[in-house]
Amino acid sequence: MPEGDTGWKRAFEADIISTVEFNYSGDLLATGDKGGRVVIFQKEQENKSRLHSRGEYNVYSTFQSHEPEFDYLKSLEIEEKINKIRWLPQQNAAHFLLSTNDKTIKLWKISERDKRAEGYNLKDEDGRLRDPFRITALRVPILKPMDLMVEASPRRIFANAHTYHINSISVNSDHETYLSADDLRINLWHLEITDRSFNIVDIKPVNMEELTEVITAAEFHPHQCNVFVYSSSKGTIRLCDMRSSALCDRHSKFFEEPEDPSSRSFFSEIISSISDVKFSHSGRYMMTRDYLSVKVWDLNMETRPVETYQVHEYLRSKLCSLYENDCIFDKFECCWSGSDSALMTGSYNNFFRMFDRSMRRDVTLEASRESSKPRAILKPRKVCTGGKRKKDEISVDSLDFNKKILHTAWHPLDNIIAVAATNNLYIFQDKAN
Amino acid sequence: METDDREGNRMWEEDSSHKHLLDVSSWINCIVASKTTKDTMFARGIKRKCFDGEEDIEGTLAGFKSVPSYNLQRQSLLDMSLVKLQLCHMLVEPNLCRSVLIANTVRQIQEEMTQDGTWQVINAQNTGQASLDRLVSSDILCRSTKEQNEGKLVPSYSGFSKDFENTPSQDIISDLSTVTSVQAPRNPQSNNVWEMENSQENRGNFQKSLDQIFETLENKNPNSVEDLFSDVDNSYYDLDTVLTGMMNNTKMGHCDVLESFSSQTTTNSNSNCKSDINELDHIVEILVES
Repeated sequence: MPEGDTGWKRAFEADIISTVEFNYSGDLLATGDKGGRVVIFQKEQENKSRLHSRGEYNVYSTFQSHEPEFDYLKSLEIEEKINKIRWLPQQNAAHFLLSTNDKTIKLWKISERDKRAEGYNLKDEDGRLRDPFRITALRVPILKPMDLMVEASPRRIFANAHTYHINSISVNSDHETYLSADDLRINLWHLEITDRSFNIVDIKPVNMEELTEVITAAEFHPHQCNVFVYSSSKGTIRLCDMRSSALCDRHSKFFEEPEDPSSRSFFSEIISSISDVKFSHSGRYMMTRDYLSVKVWDLNMETRPVETYQVHEYLRSKLCSLYENDCIFDKFECCWSGSDSALMTGSYNNFFRMFDRSMRRDVTLEASRESSKPRAILKPRKVCTGGKRKKDEISVDSLDFNKKILHTAWHPLDNIIAVAATNNLYIFQDKAN
Repeated sequence: METDDREGNRMWEEDSSHKHLLDVSSWINCIVASKTTKDTMFARGIKRKCFDGEEDIEGTLAGFKSVPSYNLQRQSLLDMSLVKLQLCHMLVEPNLCRSVLIANTVRQIQEEMTQDGTWQVINAQNTGQASLDRLVSSDILCRSTKEQNEGKLVPSYSGFSKDFENTPSQDIISDLSTVTSVQAPRNPQSNNVWEMENSQENRGNFQKSLDQIFETLENKNPNSVEDLFSDVDNSYYDLDTVLTGMMNNTKMGHCDVLESFSSQTTTNSNSNCKSDINELDHIVEILVES
């Protein structure tokens, strides 16, 4: 390390990280964990005078967002695990984010305090009330600087609107409303109103025995405030326009790729289940993640995706084992780069994959302790699918399926990525920055 | 800044912000946000029970090749799926998406078996096969139908016993069931996949519960998966209520199940939220209402 460098700070260990999200400027990075905590990292201002300085992310705020609850009617615990965090666009000095567990969404305000008032008239410096008769003179309190304190306070609690487990929240481009989706329903909220929400999608069958499909993810269009999409466990995506009717059970567009009959197996439906859907920043495309691949769809073409990328095709012959150990139900997320030119998603063995759309190139990288030395350059990894294993390759049978990267995030403007590997958060940066 | 010289990509020269995007040498670690972790507690790799059965089968049955038959694997997948539907997390509501996907898989298998004509026959001698110990390699199931049609299926049974030569494929299961009962006394120690191993000892709660499920399935028409849930009082037993209701730890008698659920209050619940193995019995009783 060059001299004078104070070293890379380490953020503290969290529980298993369950969501990662940059804010709109990329200066803040929020993580939620299984213990219901939210940890926010802030990018330090770059110091041009230090030779190798670049923006580090340091802990900015930590707070307990959700607590475990108990549903007495069903005799079941409600997990405090944070399923999703979504930032609101910044409108003043404070930052706002939505965090949700299975049942309840909360709006948090994160604000800084770096001054405090001294010299009150009615109370002492230690807070005790002064006897009014003792006050002989009036003074104006003075603001004095203090150590920066970051406070998080819950401003709204949106509860009791979901019977099933919330899997998605998405802030609308109008910055006033947002949607929350569970397995069977999607609700529309106004950020100011907590005692009411509108149900806009309901796929619950009258007879639950007929249930064969659930909602897996939902998102608002980044620019059109009347448009949102939701994906299903059968590999379909429906685009809905809220102008057409109050209840958007009937979609405006229906995206589904026809199944290849020659590759049909008992696991076809399970691996076609979409675990994440994300609009591109441009709003022209959307990306879906199913178990083995990532697909890019043009919103104007419903019949098939325009691009398909294989994430870990070598797992196709292992589907039965992955079904048995439940790994086949893992829900991987995906994300776009800031310019929409690249995609990223996670895999097993702490591998994650990046796809360059224009150059049709892809790379597998590993988020691990070996590569975690500061400024270590990541080495591309390769999985050997059969035959002779080359020197640095790893065979499919040696993959650690307990080390899964489900959550990744890409800085909205720069080439900085955040990768959550179980209970570790890795932040990587393109050195060209 | 180093220049790329990838061929034909002039457009990238202009846009330097992502020129290095996939130049992997440019991706470096900025910060590691972690202390020592506990993630090494899991052993590397996974134990794949699916494939364990293969060793048991190899070489034990005259005339059988080492790869288990498609029917056997399909049966194994069905067993596994039914067990998965039962064994939900005890404390927390089960994942509805997962349950729906597993239930759909069960339906698929069931439909195919009904078309094959193997469905009814299977249940007649299912008790011996329902053990978890005999989950066999199901890699055939992972292959596409195209590959299967190319003839990688069921090994020939003809060498097994001359009485059963030239048996058409759909009768194979029933024939084998007969063979089972004949063989068992002769060779009780052999690791015969069809044999009921220590029949009494293995009939723990899992066995019993699966048997009850299969009885239910056998007695109803196709689309029995719906019947799994339709036996119960609909007003309280949506899919979600069933799946969550089974987490209720209240122990009750066989006959009292429906009555007590209709008058259930929180005071009925056990104070402890952990459940023991008898939970499975309880779950199956609710489902089959026998």
